[in-house]
Amino acid sequence: MIIGITHFLIISAALFCIGLYGILIKRNLFSILMCIELMLNAVNINLAAFNYFLPMPDLSGQVMILFSVAVAAAEVAVGLALIFRVYRDFRTVNIDKLNSMKG
Amino acid sequence: MEFPFMSTILLMPVLAIFLLFFVPPSSEKTIKIISATAMLISFLLTVYVYISYDNSAGGLQFTEKIPWISDLGVSYSVGIDGISLPMLFLTNIIGLASVFSSWNINKRPKEFFILLLLLIAGVTGTFIAMDLFIFLLFYELVVIPIYIMVIVWGSTKKVSKEYAGMKLTMYLLIGSAFMLVGIIALYLQAFPPGMRTFDIVALANAHFYGTLSQQFQIIVFLLMLLGFGTLLSMFPFHTWSPDGYAGAPTAVSMIHAGVLKKIGGYGLIRLGLLILPEGAKFWAPLIILLGLANVIYAAYIAIVQKDLKYVVGYSSVSHMGYVLLGFAALNTISLSGAVANMVAHGIMSALFFAMIGYVYEKTHMRSTEQLHGLAHQMPKIATGFMLAGMSSVGLPGLIGFIPEYTTFVGLFAKYPVLAIAAVSGIIFTSIYILRVLQKILFGPRDSRFDCYNDAKGAELVPLFLLSAVLILFGLFPQLLLAPINSGISPLGPFLDRLNAAPSLLFTLGGIW
Amino acid sequence: MEYFALTNAWLIPLMPAIAFVLIGLFFKRWSALSACIAVFASAVSFILAIFAAIAVIGSGISVDAPFVGHVIWAEAAGLHFEMGMLIDPLSVMMLFVVSLVSLLVQIYSIGYMRGDKSFGRFFAYISLFSASMLGLNISANFLQMYIFWELVGLCSYLLIGFYYQRIAAREAAKKAFITTRIGDFGLLIGILLLQTVFGTVDFLELRQLLPSYIASYGTGTLTIIGILLFIGPIGKSGQFPLHVWLPDAMEGPAPVSALIHAATMVVAGVYLVARAYFLFASVPALLEFIAWLGAFTAFFGASIAISQREIKRILAYSTISQLGYMMLALGVGSLTASLFHLFTHAFFKALLFLCAGAVMHAMNDEADIFKMGGLRKKIPIVFITMTIGVLAISGVPPFAGFFSKDEILSAALSVNTPIYIIAVITAFMTAFYMARLLFVVFFGEKTNMRLHHISCFMQIPLVLLAVLSLVSGLGGYIYDFGYWIRFGAPQPEHMDISIAVLSAVLPLLAFILAWNIYVRKKWSADCIAARMGVLYTISFHKYYIDEFYAVLCRFFIDGIGRVMYFIDIYIIGGIINVISGLVLFSSTLLGKIQTGQTQRYAAAFLCGVIILLLCGILYFNKISGITAGGGVL
Repeated sequence: MIIGITHFLIISAALFCIGLYGILIKRNLFSILMCIELMLNAVNINLAAFNYFLPMPDLSGQVMILFSVAVAAAEVAVGLALIFRVYRDFRTVNIDKLNSMKG
Repeated sequence: MEFPFMSTILLMPVLAIFLLFFVPPSSEKTIKIISATAMLISFLLTVYVYISYDNSAGGLQFTEKIPWISDLGVSYSVGIDGISLPMLFLTNIIGLASVFSSWNINKRPKEFFILLLLLIAGVTGTFIAMDLFIFLLFYELVVIPIYIMVIVWGSTKKVSKEYAGMKLTMYLLIGSAFMLVGIIALYLQAFPPGMRTFDIVALANAHFYGTLSQQFQIIVFLLMLLGFGTLLSMFPFHTWSPDGYAGAPTAVSMIHAGVLKKIGGYGLIRLGLLILPEGAKFWAPLIILLGLANVIYAAYIAIVQKDLKYVVGYSSVSHMGYVLLGFAALNTISLSGAVANMVAHGIMSALFFAMIGYVYEKTHMRSTEQLHGLAHQMPKIATGFMLAGMSSVGLPGLIGFIPEYTTFVGLFAKYPVLAIAAVSGIIFTSIYILRVLQKILFGPRDSRFDCYNDAKGAELVPLFLLSAVLILFGLFPQLLLAPINSGISPLGPFLDRLNAAPSLLFTLGGIW
Repeated sequence: MEYFALTNAWLIPLMPAIAFVLIGLFFKRWSALSACIAVFASAVSFILAIFAAIAVIGSGISVDAPFVGHVIWAEAAGLHFEMGMLIDPLSVMMLFVVSLVSLLVQIYSIGYMRGDKSFGRFFAYISLFSASMLGLNISANFLQMYIFWELVGLCSYLLIGFYYQRIAAREAAKKAFITTRIGDFGLLIGILLLQTVFGTVDFLELRQLLPSYIASYGTGTLTIIGILLFIGPIGKSGQFPLHVWLPDAMEGPAPVSALIHAATMVVAGVYLVARAYFLFASVPALLEFIAWLGAFTAFFGASIAISQREIKRILAYSTISQLGYMMLALGVGSLTASLFHLFTHAFFKALLFLCAGAVMHAMNDEADIFKMGGLRKKIPIVFITMTIGVLAISGVPPFAGFFSKDEILSAALSVNTPIYIIAVITAFMTAFYMARLLFVVFFGEKTNMRLHHISCFMQIPLVLLAVLSLVSGLGGYIYDFGYWIRFGAPQPEHMDISIAVLSAVLPLLAFILAWNIYVRKKWSADCIAARMGVLYTISFHKYYIDEFYAVLCRFFIDGIGRVMYFIDIYIIGGIINVISGLVLFSSTLLGKIQTGQTQRYAAAFLCGVIILLLCGILYFNKISGITAGGGVL
């Protein structure tokens, strides 16, 4: 069996859906953050796959992934900091309790 | 290049604002002196401009023009003609008076005077702007300080100051939204792309080229009427005015009733009549009826009011009816009357509000049921009340008479029957004014008020300044009418043509 | 000097105006100085007025060929406001009367107002009044006249409410202003109509324009204008039904009542009709209306005066009645008779009021005549002068009233007999109630009150006015008043013997009647009043007109005002509140969507993305279907 682009895309789509599912379902802020990472990595897989299967491969997709990973790292750092902040203010990381934006 | 009078008059308050930023909030005296000096310089320059304006030449004078956004046709263009000159004078004299009438403000004086000066600069800008964009810019600039001033320094009596400030601001903003739509439509329609301009003079010539069709003028004039009519407190959009004045601090009431309302009348003439003559002609009969409603309906309501500020608030609605009537009769005499009426009403309502402010500041009472016999303790304030009241009644020798008479003459030429109803306003006016004056000023001495002093020191400045103008323009009305004449008379042929032109089939004018 | 006075007649009103400014702005605190300034200014005015009168007599100026001067006061877009002076015998006569009475009253006031803390203010107001009234007299056009007309109204307001600490005074002042304002409303509309129809309000220009206008358009519009114009005099000259303010105006100090509400200001209405007589005379129906209204007012005023108890009120109703007389004379077409009566009336009515003031002053401001009595011996000078005044107003020969009244009666008889009869009855009633006043105050039981001294400042004007009341009628008769002041061709003075005898006998009868009732007490006054029943009650309560107006006012002014306010708050304000409520309501509805739960937002976001994607795909499909005939999906 030749592993073609479709396989990569299926995996990435599965990852993305798992992440999305987690974001919508999970109540814990940490889980949600992890799910966001999953979705991000699904996109990274896509990028790598498309880059690999280009007719004349170059490294532009890989470079993009590096950027994306760096940004994701920063995002995780900020996100975690925010979550700690939230926890210290509200004494909870349950997202259902954090509804002071309710209209 | 000659000395830029207009910009200097406009920028003096702004300069003072910059200076005030560097003054510590605690040194109240300095703050007040800086504000007063700036306004005094503005006022003196205005007087100089008023005197040196060439009435025989007429037209736009003291013009300055600097292109700003040339792609859109926006330029910083200011200047005055016979219509805006009296308004400029009015703005600066009331501005000066309002600074002095706020002399006893001790709650956050720095912020108060900064906002007050901003307000004055905004109003000045609206009157001298010869570019529609600048006009709108200054107009919107005016609304914000008013809101803050009412909320922070206002007074809660019958309605809360928050309510009053909200009502005032909402009305003016909604009105200006209509106006904005009208102005943009006008801008797009008047000239083809590439030649578009906000220049008021150029726009006033647009209808000669036939780009503004009759239907277009009618619709856009209606939008303008909604905007300016709200500002002018035209029936039935007048309810903000008494509530707003009641909540506002003295200086804001003075400027608002004295000057800001006049932007409505000024705008109707400058933007409504001159740019959209067909629209003005179409809606004139409706405006006449609404103006009549203003005059009589508001006067009737003023009769039963107990709160002094409400009396004067409704009174100003009633007097604005004369401006509307003068405008809508669409002849040179009535238009002169309308402009002169704006000045007359501005001076006298500012004097009224200043006096009410003093009484309220001292006694914390404003109701005609609580105040008695103030003439015993406060003879000077009583004199101010009497002068303002008598001028409001239209007594000859004071500023109110000649404008009213001129308006009536103009109105009679066109709508004799309705004019009789309008003249009956003078009876109602005398009823409510005299009732109020005799209740609060005359009668037995009330010892409760013995502890309050008469106006003194800086408080006397508004009284003397406004009274002097009240009497001077009353005895020598030519001082007031000469510039107005130079602004309105050239419109004669234009108005004759307009009145002679066949009207639309469904013009309301045929009915009356 | 005469010529100077004539060409600079504007100085006559200007003098008191200067006095007003000086006193009002600078010298209010110094009583003596302010009185000096005011009296001096009045004296200068009076002298100038006399010189102007001499010049008029000497230079052949007549009502047909007056001396005029104009300046443009202001102009607005082709509308001219002119200030001018129109000097003819009519205006000069008024100038003379007004400046003389004003001067005398001011001298009197020095004594009367002594010790009042607002002494300076009083003289300032009086000076302003003189200025306005004199300005009214020389007015050359309707607008100018209206301006001064309003100013005298203001002075009247200020002076009625002079004792502003008294509630009654301030209410009376307000009433006077508003009531005359109703009259001014008509006058103003009339003037505006004149301006609209003729394009001018100048008396002389109108007089020239009028005949051709009538020839081509008839008198329809003119009748309306005339009636409207006449509403002004109805208000100002206290004609029925706008007379109600005049009796209340007696709340002011007595000199004010004498000067303003008897001798000068209230005759402004008569003067206006006389000035515009060319207009009124051209519409006969109008004249008849004026005559009937005047006759009714004359009778009406007299019928109230007969039962009043307060000395100044009696005089006030007598003023209303006499003003009715003057209007009556104008209505029957005799301008001469009317103004002759105005001329004599100014002197004797001012005299009567000043006497009343002196009596009240002596009696510590007691006003009820039945609380006085026997003052004959105590203040003889007031008694003598007042007697002269009473004789003059009753029309006993050879006092002033006899001549002027006689002329009115003969003019009335020649035109309209019913009016003549009313006038005769009124003359009888006038004599009766004036005799009643005189007898009750000066005869009868003596009061033991200690009387105030009456200073010489008060005595001199009384004596001078008494002399004038004695001679002004005869003088006018001898020097041919009618030659100078007339409308149309001069009418020679003549005296109808039958009328003269009647008008001489009637007052004597009235005096005898009053003597028997009030001095000899042959018939009890109370008994008569009781027998008259309803008539007496109605008369005593002034026909309940004040009460009627109060109800009218409460209903039509306050009632409608409240209804309007209700509408303003609950209907106009209500609509606005409903609109703002709708906005609030819809925003709360939409606000419900904001649950504050991020995951729901994310879910909604996801749904939105999916829907948009589907739409995009379908749309793309459609477009490619059109262009290429095939689909992607």
